[in-house]
Amino acid sequence: MRKFLQRYLLPRILQFLTIIFVGITVTFIIPRLSPTDPVEAQIAQMLSRGNQLDPQAVLSMRAALTEMYGLSGSPVQQYFAFWGRLLRGDLGPSLANFPTPVSQMIGQAMPYTLGLLITAVIISWIFGNLFGALSSYYPKNKALNVVEVLGQAVRPIPYYIVALVLLVVFAFFIPIFPFSGAYPIGTRPNWSLEFVWTFIQHAALPAATLVLVGFGGWFIGMKSLTSNIISEDYVVYAETAGLKENKILNNYIMRNALLPQLTGLAMSLGTVFSGALIMEVVFGYPGLGALTMTAVFRNDYSMIMGIAIYSIIGVATAVFIMDLIYPLFDPRVRYQ
Amino acid sequence: MLKVIRDLLKYDGRFRIAFIFLSAVLVMIILSFVSPYNPGKTFVVAMDTPPSPEHIFGTNSRGQDIFWWMTFAVRNSLFLGVVTALISRVIAVLVGLTAGYQGGWADKVLMSINDSFVVLPLLPILILLGFLLRDQMNLFFLAIILGLFGWPFDARLIRSQVLSLKERSFSRTAVYSGTSAFRITLNEHLPFVLPIVFATTINNMLWSIGMEVTLSVLGLSDISTPTIGTALFWANQHGALVAGVWWWIGAPTLVAIVLFLGLYLLFASINEYIDPRTRLRLMGG
Repeated sequence: MRKFLQRYLLPRILQFLTIIFVGITVTFIIPRLSPTDPVEAQIAQMLSRGNQLDPQAVLSMRAALTEMYGLSGSPVQQYFAFWGRLLRGDLGPSLANFPTPVSQMIGQAMPYTLGLLITAVIISWIFGNLFGALSSYYPKNKALNVVEVLGQAVRPIPYYIVALVLLVVFAFFIPIFPFSGAYPIGTRPNWSLEFVWTFIQHAALPAATLVLVGFGGWFIGMKSLTSNIISEDYVVYAETAGLKENKILNNYIMRNALLPQLTGLAMSLGTVFSGALIMEVVFGYPGLGALTMTAVFRNDYSMIMGIAIYSIIGVATAVFIMDLIYPLFDPRVRYQ
Repeated sequence: MLKVIRDLLKYDGRFRIAFIFLSAVLVMIILSFVSPYNPGKTFVVAMDTPPSPEHIFGTNSRGQDIFWWMTFAVRNSLFLGVVTALISRVIAVLVGLTAGYQGGWADKVLMSINDSFVVLPLLPILILLGFLLRDQMNLFFLAIILGLFGWPFDARLIRSQVLSLKERSFSRTAVYSGTSAFRITLNEHLPFVLPIVFATTINNMLWSIGMEVTLSVLGLSDISTPTIGTALFWANQHGALVAGVWWWIGAPTLVAIVLFLGLYLLFASINEYIDPRTRLRLMGG
């Protein structure tokens, strides 16, 4: 057990902390590279938009902004103050919805993004792997070849374009799915069957975007991994021993290829998360992506900063959790 | 080179499609130099006319011919991709070779920073950056920024390649005959690494052009420069779908799909070609 902690757990914890350290340090440095004074630029922008602000509000906003950009004191002091505020979970007030705290608004949007993202990632991972393994086991199957070509054709297209095409085709030309949002305007979220059904309908196209883009990568990854395994002696032996085909496929072929694919899943989370953000913009799905877009258009700096920080911590934590459950799948680590 | 292209055209279906798609893109880029319209000017043709022989992709609500505007957009998007790829290749090769060859602490430190960048969600960070710099943003600047973020995946790939090269007998021979680490890396290992660098270049271009689309639709790039992303941005700004001007969204989408599929298939085809085993299989050897 001690060996496991030292050899397995400690490096993972270190890596988790490194990711957060690198990410947060980058978000700390970026505003300081900006050639203009962000505080004055922000206030000038807000005033030029004709917002009615009394001088008192401008003063308190300037103080809040200076505090939020953390621009008082030497860079080293600023850096530690920045960490201090993060550890207290204080990301300041939203500028566009002053004085609602940023954390509160992100907290409201987060479940939508996470729910959709987790569902879609799991679906695309399972189906991609399953079809990939089937396709290398039955290389002559016509249907599987069609699936492969389609999967590979969607894979390189950016999330935004895929989302846009789905939206135009399935909500505009063939209106079978709703245009935007997570549920119809005017209804309140509840657990009635009817509401759950419309909720699923609204989530279908956004989820389909993530599933379609992800599918091809898992498919091709699984296919190339299993194509090496299929010619291994133990698979040939299992075949000559007359084991059932699906047993060979499940227990002898796929199982051995799942581990690298799990590692791949952890490595891809950041990219998929970024894709989910931009996908939400297209569908107006009320998660972090839609929040980001509103923040960009309303010049809400603190919100953008907050979303960046939450995203970094969220993705790093997700990768860390995946590392922790990895031993459940890998007998070599488990029996160490 | 010509022989390689001829062989690939003959034996690889994916390369054939890539060749056709990228030729179409190339034709558009060449046409942009003889465009009858200036992409910066608005209201030079009738507004909102659907695709017709005169205006292949139709015209938009800003009175521009979409086809000729897109020729500039493709050129600029591809330019961004190339610049980003060049910058990030230099960083990736440096980091990959150093980490792979030095090993030890240098490797550990470089790779844990590297892995952090692989895992980090780059879009929120780039949005933050784009938001703060949006008044200074231009295409070249955006390409540099993307280049500074686009290297980690490939640095890891190059490192793993160097690690395996280090164990080959010719590396040992070079070490025992007193060649310096720097020379071994440069003369003996770099030639093996370069084909991978080339393949990853295309992949990196896909990433950066896609990222430009993403940032542009949020209005975080130089929206006055025509690119695939800004084409979509302007269409959204004018509510093209709601107004029924679907070809304004359709044209950049089509061009993007042709460009992305072309580059991706080229990448897949070259990637396989680099691997001598699959090359033999393809040619029936």
